[in-house]
Amino acid sequence: MSVIRQSEHTEKATFGFWLYLMTDCVLFASLFAVFAVMRNSVWDGPAGVDIFSLPYVWLLTMVLLLSSFTCGLALIAARSNNVRKTLWLLGLTGALGLVFLGLEAYEFAKLIHEGYGWQRSGFLSAFFTLVGMHGLHISAGLIWLTYLMPKIRRKGLISINRKRLLMFSMFWHFLDVIWIFIFTIVYLMGVSPL
Amino acid sequence: MSKQHTHSTSSYVVGLILAILLTNAAFILVGSKMLSGWPLVFALTGLAICQLWVQLRYFLHLGSESRPRWNLMAFAFAAVVICILVFGSLWIMKNLHYNMMPDMNKDIDREIMEKENIYR
Amino acid sequence: MLGRLSWDALPSDLITLGAAAGMVGGGLLIVAALTYFKKWKWLWKNWITSLDPKRIGVMYLLVAGIMLLRGGADALMMRLQQVTGAGADGVLGAEMFQQVFSAHGTIMIFFVAMGLMFGLINIILPLQIGARDVAFPFLNSVSFWLFVAGAVLINASLVIGEFSAAGWLAYPPLSGLEYSPGVGVDYWIWSLQIAGMGSLLSGINFTATILKLRAKGMSLMKMPIFVHSVLGSMLLVAFAFPILTATLLLLSLDRTLGMHFFTSDFGGNPMMYVNLIWAWGHPEVYILILPAFGIFSELVATFSRKKLFGYTSMVWALGAISLLSFTVWLHHFFTMGAGANVNAFFGIMTMIIAIPTGVKIFNWLFTMYRGRVRLTVPMLWFIAFVLTFTIGGMTGVLLSIPGVNFQTHNTLFVVAHFHNMIIGGVVFGYFAGLTYWFPKIFGFKLHERLGKAAFWCWIIGYLLAFMPLYVLGLMGAARRMDSYDASLGWQWLFMVAAAGAALIMVGVAFQILQLIVSIRQRKKLRDTTGDPWDGRTLEWSVPSPAPVYNFATLPVISERDPFWEAKQHGDTRQAPAYYQDIHMPKNTGLGIVIASIALVFGFAVIWHIWWLAILAVIGIIACIMVRANDEETEYVIPAAEVARIEEQAREGAA
Repeated sequence: MSVIRQSEHTEKATFGFWLYLMTDCVLFASLFAVFAVMRNSVWDGPAGVDIFSLPYVWLLTMVLLLSSFTCGLALIAARSNNVRKTLWLLGLTGALGLVFLGLEAYEFAKLIHEGYGWQRSGFLSAFFTLVGMHGLHISAGLIWLTYLMPKIRRKGLISINRKRLLMFSMFWHFLDVIWIFIFTIVYLMGVSPL
Repeated sequence: MSKQHTHSTSSYVVGLILAILLTNAAFILVGSKMLSGWPLVFALTGLAICQLWVQLRYFLHLGSESRPRWNLMAFAFAAVVICILVFGSLWIMKNLHYNMMPDMNKDIDREIMEKENIYR
Repeated sequence: MLGRLSWDALPSDLITLGAAAGMVGGGLLIVAALTYFKKWKWLWKNWITSLDPKRIGVMYLLVAGIMLLRGGADALMMRLQQVTGAGADGVLGAEMFQQVFSAHGTIMIFFVAMGLMFGLINIILPLQIGARDVAFPFLNSVSFWLFVAGAVLINASLVIGEFSAAGWLAYPPLSGLEYSPGVGVDYWIWSLQIAGMGSLLSGINFTATILKLRAKGMSLMKMPIFVHSVLGSMLLVAFAFPILTATLLLLSLDRTLGMHFFTSDFGGNPMMYVNLIWAWGHPEVYILILPAFGIFSELVATFSRKKLFGYTSMVWALGAISLLSFTVWLHHFFTMGAGANVNAFFGIMTMIIAIPTGVKIFNWLFTMYRGRVRLTVPMLWFIAFVLTFTIGGMTGVLLSIPGVNFQTHNTLFVVAHFHNMIIGGVVFGYFAGLTYWFPKIFGFKLHERLGKAAFWCWIIGYLLAFMPLYVLGLMGAARRMDSYDASLGWQWLFMVAAAGAALIMVGVAFQILQLIVSIRQRKKLRDTTGDPWDGRTLEWSVPSPAPVYNFATLPVISERDPFWEAKQHGDTRQAPAYYQDIHMPKNTGLGIVIASIALVFGFAVIWHIWWLAILAVIGIIACIMVRANDEETEYVIPAAEVARIEEQAREGAA
């Protein structure tokens, strides 16, 4: 494929992917709206202030933010054609993502173990669904990464791999953007009764 | 977004620092109990929107693409739709809650009745 | 092992058994015919695996046509039930009637109207913007097959299990586990979820196509109005369908994982469902109608031999409608109990949206004014549309007044109103577009006289079927009512409505006949010029049917109605100095494979066969990886071959 056609393809694909991300924003917005409506529907279960631990959430936030940062660095490394550095930074991104997912899974497991599962109240249903949906996206990102990294290792930073990397980085940054609103609306506002 | 522009490492470093600052500000605000109620909600929302801007600008490089800026416009349209959806839903649901769940609003009703000199 | 699935799921009552037998029998007959005539390979190579949007469009139209028959049969059964329901149980009985009207609404909106819309967009949009393809051809194929998977799932409910009896939007708590413990609502959820996913991907695809693939020189304000209308509609798809996805997801979480979003206890809130589903549902109405507006704009200009009156105001009206359509959703539930402020706000927004719509009507009428109007079949549909849509619009403004709405809510008045919009606006629009573009799609025109016969049956049948419903609604007849007291004296009105519905079905029969006769007389009806109507836009500048690559050389645009202007200057159809190689996407069967796995996933979740659902998810991820691995997705049509095809077309025209 010629260079011009490849660059046209990349532009089309990244724009289409950006549109997809915008639609995903609306999906999350719907879940946020549901959460906001249900934040006080605790029935006889716990409210946010009873179950959230802010230091823990702070840790989650920092891990995800760092992984978004290393993902951006990987993109720059790819621009300067440094395959080793790109792979190393992507590996770090994935590892941080995995840590994030593990921490979140632990939080979920702990809540369920304490009897605060999603069946307990409308509030907990909304909490598990919104945060779980974000976690599901993170998992998808990790699967994507395990597909992308061997590709780059095998064929180097050829143009199609650059396109894939660019799209992955958009996805990963986007998930961090969603997380800003999760920690603000779900956790920080959740522990401050209104 | 577009690959013609070279985004340097410094862009990401600036973004990271600003994001950390804004995140910590939000957590400290809540942890220190400086504010509460609606002022806290507004402050947290403000910080979140600032961080949204930081991440869009320094991580996703939104707005630095070549014209016409379809990415930016798509984002703007999405933002409008999201605001309509979220604030519209909250407004509607609050209204419905008040009108359709009278038991939970006895206090408010009593207050209004006292104010307006209405007696049952 | 098989979850809730057992032999009890097979139908036992006569009507369902008959329908199921008919469907399975019909399917087997088609399979047998394909095998007998050895057409499987042809079907696979030319159609199923094709990434050509023109072919995908034809398949959309075919599926939508079949589903129209299914939905139409449901409609007839409903009319029959309400005629026979005067002081009696009626032919169907309450339970069956509920399933039938739920299926009717779901099918007509998601699988007929959406199918007709995506079909025409696929075929015409790339041609009108001077492109060879859509932005993401493979995604387009996935979208189409997901649409088919949804359609298959909804029909499968006839044979295995049952369908939802909770109405076309399945309001909880009725659609919750407590009141609908069966699989019906799950069929509804997953059928829509899968088809909706396809629509969402299409929305992204066509938005990107319009914004990125226009011919050189075609600025936004030089695009044909149909393209503008599709852009508005597809933006709405992209930003409204995620709300549907989320809402359906939450309902299914309630039903399968025991969550409490919309349950009536544990802090659930059924009103939130109604709020969310209409936040999608209202834009959906405009998603369907906007392209129809675009079609009318195209054909009014063509058949009046004048350029469209008020192009700029038309574009702004489309934009205004697109945005405003997100701000009126509460008018679907004025009576749910929001206060006066909320109701007044949404009532006023609803009235405001009538203004840009009125602008459009006047623009069309002014386009006809002093034009040399040819009363062809598409034009008849247009004139009927102006009549019915104006009636529907006025009853809509009536309904937008909350006080009036409290009187008419949930009555047949509302039913008459939205059929006024959907049949009189959407369906007439797509029929007009279909007749108008048919020669471009297949290379020959549709039979004119049979088309007119079909039209008259439709419009008279339509008026007979729905005007009585307005009257009944004002008399207090509730919608979805399976029987009523005979002394009310409503029966004769229901009889008139039933006669109207039957007449519409006669119209459908004429349309099928028209298709058959046209195919038989295709030599006589052949369009050799590529421009049978003296058209204005780019699609008429290529031969009919359009070659696979659409344009041998990509056009360069300098004004609106480029083909019309070119004809005025006499420079059409000249062979370019030389041709270039053309890159087109290769066929792939992955689209249908992914959709089939999605179908299996939906079926597995409906019946709680969890191992199968997990396998299906893994399968879909694997398919996506296989596709991503494929780096050679295009083939080349050599310049010499292009020259040969073009030469042949020119000879045909001469």
